[in-house]
Amino acid sequence: MMDDLTLLGFGPDGWAPLLLKGCLLTLAVSATSMAIGTVLGVLLAWARLKGPRWLRRTALVYGVVLRGVPELLVILLLYFGLPSLILSLSETFGWEAPGLPPPFLIGSVSVGLVSAAYQAEIFRGGVGAIPRGQFEAARAMGFGDLMCFHRIVLPQVTRIVLPALGNVWQFNLKDSALIAVTGLSELMRTSLVAAGSTRHPFLFFGVAMALYLVLTTLSSTAFHYGGRYSNRWDRG
Amino acid sequence: MEEHLTFIGSVTAQLVRAVPVTLLILAVSGVCATVLATGLTAMSVARSPLPRLIQRTWTFLFRGTPLILQIFMIYYGFAMVPWIRHGILWAAFRDPVFCTCLAMTCCCSAYIAEIFRGALAAVPRGEIEAGRACGMTGFMLLRRVIAPSLIRIALPSYSNEIIMMTKSTSLASTITVLDITGVAQQVIAHSYRTLDVFCAAAALYLLINATLSTLLTALERRLDVDRAPTPLAPIPPTLEPLS
Repeated sequence: MMDDLTLLGFGPDGWAPLLLKGCLLTLAVSATSMAIGTVLGVLLAWARLKGPRWLRRTALVYGVVLRGVPELLVILLLYFGLPSLILSLSETFGWEAPGLPPPFLIGSVSVGLVSAAYQAEIFRGGVGAIPRGQFEAARAMGFGDLMCFHRIVLPQVTRIVLPALGNVWQFNLKDSALIAVTGLSELMRTSLVAAGSTRHPFLFFGVAMALYLVLTTLSSTAFHYGGRYSNRWDRG
Repeated sequence: MEEHLTFIGSVTAQLVRAVPVTLLILAVSGVCATVLATGLTAMSVARSPLPRLIQRTWTFLFRGTPLILQIFMIYYGFAMVPWIRHGILWAAFRDPVFCTCLAMTCCCSAYIAEIFRGALAAVPRGEIEAGRACGMTGFMLLRRVIAPSLIRIALPSYSNEIIMMTKSTSLASTITVLDITGVAQQVIAHSYRTLDVFCAAAALYLLINATLSTLLTALERRLDVDRAPTPLAPIPPTLEPLS
């Protein structure tokens, strides 16, 4: 028991600082991938709703593929496939071979790409939930597309999609654990290394689980209050 | 070019041989998780607080942590627990396929139970009261009134969860199971042709998911008795002028 406490402490043999750093890195990766997912997701939703036919098709296929392929496979594909792709591209065009992209970037991009596919569906649904009459009214008032987006869509969609985005965030947080396979020392990877080098896997995986529970609980609370705040005028 | 095609062909053949492993994990954990979720749903509406507390804790624990961590906990963590290591359970816990199935059963049962719970809340109360009024009790009420509605309401979300589970089976490869992803990684270790191999694996997963989703949508249609009847053929406009 004493032994366990030393291992989890802040002393020279303790893993606490590394585990906490892992937590921060997990949060950072999840936040980055969420941001990538939101930007790409908005573009995809726009393509599905307003784009020309070929773009609509492309966005549809993107959604089907990225939601039908395991996240682990996407991460492995980008992590192992991207370097060889970059290398062969630079050979064909005669560029100087650039360095390999850092694991943080690859990890957050791959989780972000998957997240975008889910977020696109959410945004599309959110725009669909706005009454059609409002768009007609906007057009009758002479609103352009941009004005319509800014004044009609944006204020309402953020409110409508917030709970669903909270769900995606939870999935992002958990998917970020898969980035451990690339060697990025986020929470999962740190607990794996700790478990391997101390031979106390039960202890360290247990602690990692507890830390993930803290992260998911805190963020779901944050989304709960965010939702209450964004609906503050909507309560009778 | 031709060499490339032969390579992709042979890789696909190797990957297809791993499909049964993926499907086995999916089937075992899918069935077990559904059964367990049914139990958890029953616990969530129990009168005494203890089963409700257990259900809530179960959901909190397994939905709040990544599945990969649960798999590692069961495969590596439990192996260090003396009474498992030296007990009769060791035969099961040293098998990575069993560990994956166990972790996925626990994790997905939590998700499916939430789906069932939501569907149960959506079953019209009047129907249940009417059943009671007709003298149905317990099991008969469940079988004749609650279950038919509940299954129809839950099916779309349930299908989504099954697709999610198919994707989750790939995590088995992280604890040495040679499922589709595992074999793909093995082939890459020999051939270094990452893109081809992973794309072939992705295509297989897509195929499995497309098949599952088609089957489940067909089931949904089949069960949808309330669906509006097929519209009648439009009445052709009469050509003769009305006199």
